[in-house]
Amino acid sequence: MDDLYREVIIEHYKNPAYRGHLDPHDIQFADNNPLCGDHIEITLQTASDGTVKDARFDGHGCAISQASADLLIESIIGKPLEEVKKLNKDYILELLGIDLGPVRLKCALLSLKVLKAGVYGLGEASDELVE
Amino acid sequence: MLNTNEIRRDFPILERATAGGARVTYLDSTATSQKPLTVIEAMDVFYRRSNANIHRGVHTLAEEATALYESAREKIARFVNAPSARQIVYTRNATEAINLVAYTWARSNLKAGDLIILTEMEHHSNLVPWHMLAAERGIELDFIPVTEDGLLDLDAYRSLLARDPKLVAFTHMSNVLGTINPAMEIIRLARDAGAVSLVDAAQSVPHLTVDVQALDADFLAFSAHKMCGPTGIGALYGKTELLESMPPFLGGGDMIKEVKLRSFRPNTLPHKFEAGTPAIAEAVGFGAAVDYLTKIGMDNIAAHEHEITEYALERLDEVPGVKVFGPPSDKKGGVTSFTLEGVHPHDVAQILDRDGIAIRAGHHCAQPLHEKFGIPATSRASFYLYNTKEEVDLLVNGLYKVKELFG
Repeated sequence: MDDLYREVIIEHYKNPAYRGHLDPHDIQFADNNPLCGDHIEITLQTASDGTVKDARFDGHGCAISQASADLLIESIIGKPLEEVKKLNKDYILELLGIDLGPVRLKCALLSLKVLKAGVYGLGEASDELVE
Repeated sequence: MLNTNEIRRDFPILERATAGGARVTYLDSTATSQKPLTVIEAMDVFYRRSNANIHRGVHTLAEEATALYESAREKIARFVNAPSARQIVYTRNATEAINLVAYTWARSNLKAGDLIILTEMEHHSNLVPWHMLAAERGIELDFIPVTEDGLLDLDAYRSLLARDPKLVAFTHMSNVLGTINPAMEIIRLARDAGAVSLVDAAQSVPHLTVDVQALDADFLAFSAHKMCGPTGIGALYGKTELLESMPPFLGGGDMIKEVKLRSFRPNTLPHKFEAGTPAIAEAVGFGAAVDYLTKIGMDNIAAHEHEITEYALERLDEVPGVKVFGPPSDKKGGVTSFTLEGVHPHDVAQILDRDGIAIRAGHHCAQPLHEKFGIPATSRASFYLYNTKEEVDLLVNGLYKVKELFG
């Protein structure tokens, strides 16, 4: 099997470490991928120094969307929010360690889109956020 | 069973290899069918020999192009047993055919508070045009419910009919569940209640013998690309008195009899509804597709698909964790939607693609139906005249690989 379904992706899909919902939270945002019905919600607590204190994701979808959400959350805890705002497509592809075609790229980028829309306080998660 | 060895030779695409090196196993004909050589060549020959714009020219090429365009219409009319080719309006696809009815017949006949009956198993193409109309005109929509086993609840339909609906618009065959709805009965009951009927036949015309006169349908919509024809062309059948009474759809050339600076008189049927230069080569291809299907025989195609679907349901039933949606094989066409426990349909489709197996994953443009069953998405394998039982085996083997990977 090719590396699209690398062990690390299957592992994060089956046993995500950061699946859940934080209450209370400072930031919450959710969106769907209309193409396949993938759904991601992110809740996030911020620290007084402007870093991410804790975060969780919830939702359902394919292995790529759910594993990339878990990897993303794991990687941003402790990061300054200003740095989170700058994350883009390449960052996710590096986390996943794979190349993706245009359709699956949408699955992989859903969690980052949701995260950035939440951090920026936007009403809608648009594709431009992750270009 | 059809002689698939022979039939597959008509479809060159079925010989090609996919990215992984395996030969393509095409189980996605519900989305679009593959095209036989006769269709591809008919369009090629049209462009090489006869290409010209239709109807207005007097030169040789224009006359030939017009004759080909109109003779394709006659073939299509015969194929669905329409009384006259004037009752076949070319559209871009079934979606545009439904929109045509929504924009012309419905907007000139329905008013605020009027009821349209749809079903819970509609494709978005037979939902959204009515949503748009409802929002614009204050029309009410209600829905024939789908039962657990994927059938329409006809008792509920009878109670809906008591509310004096003006239109009943429904799919002849579900693109998700494969359910073949009792169209004749639905239409008869609609007529008894004084409602006009519209059949979304995008899935039935390619796979079953459809006779618009036997059905007594008022409107019936279908697409060429799902029945071995090209994309970009479809058809609306309508009863003559309805089509005559409707205002035109789009305005432009060809749909007019006479134009003055401040007014126009619409053309006669069916040209009244065909503004601008149409998809001429595609119409020729549509005609060739109808010839191809007629030669093989729609009853033979339906029987072939039935046998494959029965086999597929039997084999899928053996795979632990697979859940198939929809009615038993005697009530459905060659569409099988399923879920595999613990694996998202997109992952199923992607892993099967490694072995060249093409299925579809998602909500198949029927989101409300998926919501009804409480699932975001399904995997869908669909069959046509070129598919074989061996391809069902490849699908099942592929599903075991998916299970292994996701252990």
